[in-house]
Amino acid sequence: MDLSLSTETMGDRTIVRVGGEIDVYTAPKLREQLVELVNDGSFHLVVDMEGVDFLDSTGLGVLVGGLKRVRAHEGSLRLVCNQERILKIFRITGLTKVFPIHTSVEEAVAATD
Amino acid sequence: MATVELRFSALPEHVRTARLVAAAVARRAGVDEAVLDEVRLAVGEACTRAVGLHQTGGISAPVKVLLIEEEKQFSIEVGDEAPHAVPGERTGAGPGDPDGETEEDEMGLAVISGLVDDVEVSAEEHGGSIKMTWPTTPPPTILV
Repeated sequence: MDLSLSTETMGDRTIVRVGGEIDVYTAPKLREQLVELVNDGSFHLVVDMEGVDFLDSTGLGVLVGGLKRVRAHEGSLRLVCNQERILKIFRITGLTKVFPIHTSVEEAVAATD
Repeated sequence: MATVELRFSALPEHVRTARLVAAAVARRAGVDEAVLDEVRLAVGEACTRAVGLHQTGGISAPVKVLLIEEEKQFSIEVGDEAPHAVPGERTGAGPGDPDGETEEDEMGLAVISGLVDDVEVSAEEHGGSIKMTWPTTPPPTILV
């Protein structure tokens, strides 16, 4: 399975819907997408991971990279994830303290810092 | 001898294949279904690390994965042929590294050690390996 990506704008937030497997092979595509969005002026990103079947440390690295980029513009990067097996990777690495993780896109869009 | 031995060119696209093969053999060996996700992730992390070491070191040799079924346990050993520096001589990520790519090696190891209780990491002059072991469940019996 490959990686699928689509984006949608909701107010000042940009939703990035990710599907499939994020690993060492596919992570560069997600990195390109995030870099492109930031370069185009989208600094408040919501990454919807409900369609993600697999995530490894390469994927985590890309998300951390995205967070660094939006923060350089006083932006935000929020995640939407309810899958226990994906959440577990964030917990193991301590990244639950770094990323705001929401249960729905609506909740993430409504959230403010 | 390993139950199944897999060698693949050190390319990112083959890591998924290694994950799928490892999970299939682990399932057959009797590793608990609930743990298979962890097996898949851990072997992926180990292979990703090995691929990275081969690519940065310009090593053309394949990455080797040994899947070993033993009594009451199942082991996966991922071997690389990258020369390893003496611990303590490594340098961290530099300031010109916005995506922290040089930190991914450590992040991969952090994930593995967080997931797997029984891990042995060896790093020697002519290559290294990560060996991970899981218990296998005995054939189902009726519990009263």
